[in-house]
Amino acid sequence: MIERPETAVPSIAQRNLEGYVGFANLPNQVYRKSVKRGFEFTLMVVGESGLGKSTLINSLFLTDLYSKDYPGPSQRIKKTVQVEQSKVLIKEGGVQLTLTIVDTPGFGDAVDNSNCWQPVINYIDSKCEDFLNAESRVNRRSMPDNRVHCCLYFIAPSGHGLKPLDIEFMKRLHDKVNVIPLIAKADTLTPEECQLFKKQIMKEIQEHKIKIYEFPDTEDDEDNKLIRKIKEKMPLAVVGSNVVIEVNGKKVRGRQYPWGVAEEGIFVENGEHCDFTVLRNMLIRTHMQDLKDVTNNVHYENYRSKKLAAVTCNGVDTSKTKGQLTKSPLAQMEEERREHVMKMKKMEAEMEQVFEMKVKEKKQKLKDSEAELERRHEQMKRNLEAQYKELEEKRRVFEEEKANWEAQQRILEQQKLDASKTMEKNKKKGKIF
Amino acid sequence: MIGHTSVAVGGLYGEKASGPTVDFSYVGIDAILEQMRRKAMKQGFELNIMVVGQSGLGKSTLMNTLFKSKVSRKSVLATSQEKIPKTIEIKSISHDIEEKGVRMKLTVIDTPGFGDQINNENCWQPIMKFINDQYEAYLQEEININRKKRIPDSRVHCCIYFIPPTGHCLRPLDVEFMRRLSKVVNIVPVIAKADTLTLEERDFFKKKIREELRANGIDVYPQKEFDEDAEDRMINEKIREMIPFAVVGSDQEYQVNGRRLLGRKTKWGTIEVENIAHCEFAYLRDLLIRTHMQNIKDITSSIHYEMYRVRRLNENNTVVAHANGIPEHHLAAHEM
Repeated sequence: MIERPETAVPSIAQRNLEGYVGFANLPNQVYRKSVKRGFEFTLMVVGESGLGKSTLINSLFLTDLYSKDYPGPSQRIKKTVQVEQSKVLIKEGGVQLTLTIVDTPGFGDAVDNSNCWQPVINYIDSKCEDFLNAESRVNRRSMPDNRVHCCLYFIAPSGHGLKPLDIEFMKRLHDKVNVIPLIAKADTLTPEECQLFKKQIMKEIQEHKIKIYEFPDTEDDEDNKLIRKIKEKMPLAVVGSNVVIEVNGKKVRGRQYPWGVAEEGIFVENGEHCDFTVLRNMLIRTHMQDLKDVTNNVHYENYRSKKLAAVTCNGVDTSKTKGQLTKSPLAQMEEERREHVMKMKKMEAEMEQVFEMKVKEKKQKLKDSEAELERRHEQMKRNLEAQYKELEEKRRVFEEEKANWEAQQRILEQQKLDASKTMEKNKKKGKIF
Repeated sequence: MIGHTSVAVGGLYGEKASGPTVDFSYVGIDAILEQMRRKAMKQGFELNIMVVGQSGLGKSTLMNTLFKSKVSRKSVLATSQEKIPKTIEIKSISHDIEEKGVRMKLTVIDTPGFGDQINNENCWQPIMKFINDQYEAYLQEEININRKKRIPDSRVHCCIYFIPPTGHCLRPLDVEFMRRLSKVVNIVPVIAKADTLTLEERDFFKKKIREELRANGIDVYPQKEFDEDAEDRMINEKIREMIPFAVVGSDQEYQVNGRRLLGRKTKWGTIEVENIAHCEFAYLRDLLIRTHMQNIKDITSSIHYEMYRVRRLNENNTVVAHANGIPEHHLAAHEM
């Protein structure tokens, strides 16, 4: 009898030898590993100023990425289009998500907006290129994925259709990134206007053959129903708010008008509306992986094939990078080694420099302290000499005094002697009666 | 009612006024008001309004709401022309409307395509050219040796500029346009689709706009320098504190509290167009039609048109300008 390998699986009884091997546990392993690693997601928001992009970002992730102390780019009109990214680390239930929000202030705000999409395209391409380079290295231990996974494009609620700028932008970006169009400030539109507007937009999108991102069905039935409902209503009409208002005793995020309160969320149809949890889930919970997969498999591959075709077609290395893509692994290793050696040499040179500098400094310090010591020594010597002189002086005075005193003593002695002598003489002479 | 001016008549006839048969104390100078009124009603009025703004800001709807009838381009030209034109076009539609015996020839000049392109440089040029062309036409009629009894007035009296409700500040395009055009025509800026903004956002936005207009030296109607006396100034100051008006337009009626009102019905509530708590449409309508219409026309004809005329005649170096001997800056002053 062939012994089948047994794998220890926790919750299954060990009696089912032939039936169960245990690879159904793989998703859990993958899950655990990715949870440990954490997720990365890059979301880009594009649209004219004043359409509520910053508000929506705050609402979607329920964090104040743009708040009063760190005001978002919307508070100032820019002269040129800029691409600004902000990273946020969100932790929830032990899973951490590195969320990068890329904002494009100044888009569509100038009088002449030709090529205002160029900085955006440049940004996306540069991130793809970074990934391409990282992928082509021999040592690929850490490959951070900074590619833009999703682009939310905000359409102004004119009620008529897409503007030429919208069409141009989406046409250029639909094969570089997943584009999800949104109708901003949708509380401006009545339900009928909203429907007409959406129909018009979808018609124009199809006319210009723009490929927007389509949310695929998930296995979860409950989510699926909502998702399907929303999918048919692309582009999504959203209303965002950062203010919490009380309505009938219930606290909701919404906008207070004199005629009523508009709650934030997505408008589906016939005035029906659901809140942002659905969009949030679609972006993060259920479809983040799909967004990343499409970015990786479709958009990134497009970029890569175009880039490599350009390089190999010409035969000459036209790309700006070091042309790592057409060399054999050995040559590449050589190249990398050389690079590494150069880096080391540079580091060494730098270290030497630093060392020299430090040595000089130390020498200088020592010299300084030497000089200091010398000075002090001099001073002390002088002090001592002064003291010595003083003492000498005192001594001399003292000696003088002593001499004087001795002289005096001698005189006294002499006098005494003389006195005693005379007394003796007098005694002898019989002056004693 | 008509006031009595007493005139000293006694002494001519030597008898005192006895009996109400002939009233000598009333001359009847003020009856001229009635004569003017009758004449004006017979002649009718002309008003030319231009609407400028990006597509989708509700210009046509606002015109319809202002004059309570379908006067906009879209209602008249029944083409489903929802496409944005590639270049700016100037389309003017005229209507004859009448109210309580007063006839008015209203011309709405629409500018589709303004600000809709990707590159909007010089999008104000076709509009300036149109305005100057109207002045030119009037000038030609005036210079004619055999003039018509009443020169048809096609000059643009008022230009309503629609500002998109971003809530932040004016866009470079808005500033550029208003700066150039406030010199040739009366500009009335309005915030379009004001139901996008909450009341706090609206106040903040208006303050920002007024600051920017002041900073750029843009003088919108009612212009400060044309205030005649203290009374005018007071009224106009009140208006100046409110511009730009936040308007909402609608040509559909809804039932609210048992009354039929113009408004917009959204899921959250019904926005009443004429309710000043909701939007400032009523103020705009009063300004344009009920109180300041004649003033707008006067400023156009006596200031903007005269400036154009002087410039033109100086260009041609004709005798007229030298004979008049009126330097340009005098004409720009208060001359009604």
